Amino acid sequence: MDVVGDVLRWLTDPLHWSGPGGIPARTLQHVWYSLVATGIAAAIALPIGIAIGHTGRGALLAVNLTNLGRAIPTLGIIILVFQLAGFGFIPVLVSLVALAIPPIVTNSYIGVRSVDRDVREAAEGMGMRGRQVLWQVELPVAMPLIMAGIRTSAVQVVATATLAAFVGLGGLGRYLIDGLSQRDLPQVVGGAILVALLSLITELLLGRVQALVVSRGLAERGADAAVRAKVEKAA
Amino acid sequence: MTDGPAPVLAAELIRWSWVGDHLDDIRGYLFQHVELTGLALLFGIVLAFPLALAAVRWPRLYGPILAFTGVLFTIPSLALFILLIPFTGLSIRTALIGLTIYTLLILVRNMVEGLRGVDRDVREAAQAMGFSATRQLFQVELPLALPVIMAGVRIATVTTIGLVTITALIGWGGLGRLFIDGFTLDFTTPIVVGIVLSAALAFAADLLLVAVQRQLTPWARSRRS
Repeated sequence: MDVVGDVLRWLTDPLHWSGPGGIPARTLQHVWYSLVATGIAAAIALPIGIAIGHTGRGALLAVNLTNLGRAIPTLGIIILVFQLAGFGFIPVLVSLVALAIPPIVTNSYIGVRSVDRDVREAAEGMGMRGRQVLWQVELPVAMPLIMAGIRTSAVQVVATATLAAFVGLGGLGRYLIDGLSQRDLPQVVGGAILVALLSLITELLLGRVQALVVSRGLAERGADAAVRAKVEKAA
Repeated sequence: MTDGPAPVLAAELIRWSWVGDHLDDIRGYLFQHVELTGLALLFGIVLAFPLALAAVRWPRLYGPILAFTGVLFTIPSLALFILLIPFTGLSIRTALIGLTIYTLLILVRNMVEGLRGVDRDVREAAQAMGFSATRQLFQVELPLALPVIMAGVRIATVTTIGLVTITALIGWGGLGRLFIDGFTLDFTTPIVVGIVLSAALAFAADLLLVAVQRQLTPWARSRRS
């Protein structure tokens, strides 16, 4: 049994590269779900995390949200929502969004909160008001962590969307779930390779975006702070 | 109950009689869940420790080690498990290897950051007292790095408990089997039981690790009082 050859044949078969079940269509679907879910999650989570960081109110929630999110089994939530609401893009989307919110809230909170007190006071000493301090000082300084949160969420959404194929969602997860139930190893492994590639590309692309939006003076320090914040998150 | 996906009333979310009838199954799944989590963490710690020591000893290795474990961590869990199937089939090894790989990034990063965070003066004091490198590592550096290392172990444990449920799709899964059962039976009770028990297991494990950490770092307690 030549698994590598079979998988390569599956991946390069022209039949698998066309039509609504083809690799390009499935990839586009997967990217679309992930973009929509991450976008909505960011639109909800960023204002919450930033507001908590700026005001300091609700800090306990912001810190514990990610830990809570980690403890809740994704697959269970997707199947439960499916049972309660039936299949549809909206129920699945709601689960994806809900699971993508915690890392963004926690990271943007830590980012804004960990802005050096002296920096904040210097901004106030220069005559900046609350809002100016937020937009011109706190957010740019917090940007590396805010982006780290969005990256974590986006990668997680790509993975969760794969699982959602179990309850009928399209995207690349179909190859994994269908292949498993048909005991079709080349399809399963081929699909898994595509999903892994999509996740890695997502991570790399968002890394590029991060490099573009983070002020150059902060780039070095920010990366360092991001590692440290991640390390201490559970402490 | 199996006549179509009619909207389920809140009262029907959980049917206790089913839970009572399936206590043995649930206990078995819970046991498998604990077993998979415990073994994956054990292997993870055993593998991460030398990697972290190497990264501390030769700082040039740290970047590549983080990059490599980071790439593995980025791959969605189901895809990673499946990529192991050609090598290890649907055996328990597939689940265990995949789960162990996921713990590595978290454990290595926290071990390295913890060991690096040990005060230079403390290190020099140990050297001046004639400690050998090994003795210095085990009696000075590791105890001081313990809080950061334990933070990593806690994150890795809670993450692994969640990931174990995914292995239900390749025939294992611990409590995750209840999700598949509920899906197949078109019945919410097993799913709710699975979610609640798996989250409860994560919280219990986290509390246990906090207690272990308190036992291992008695000086942190006495300093506070």
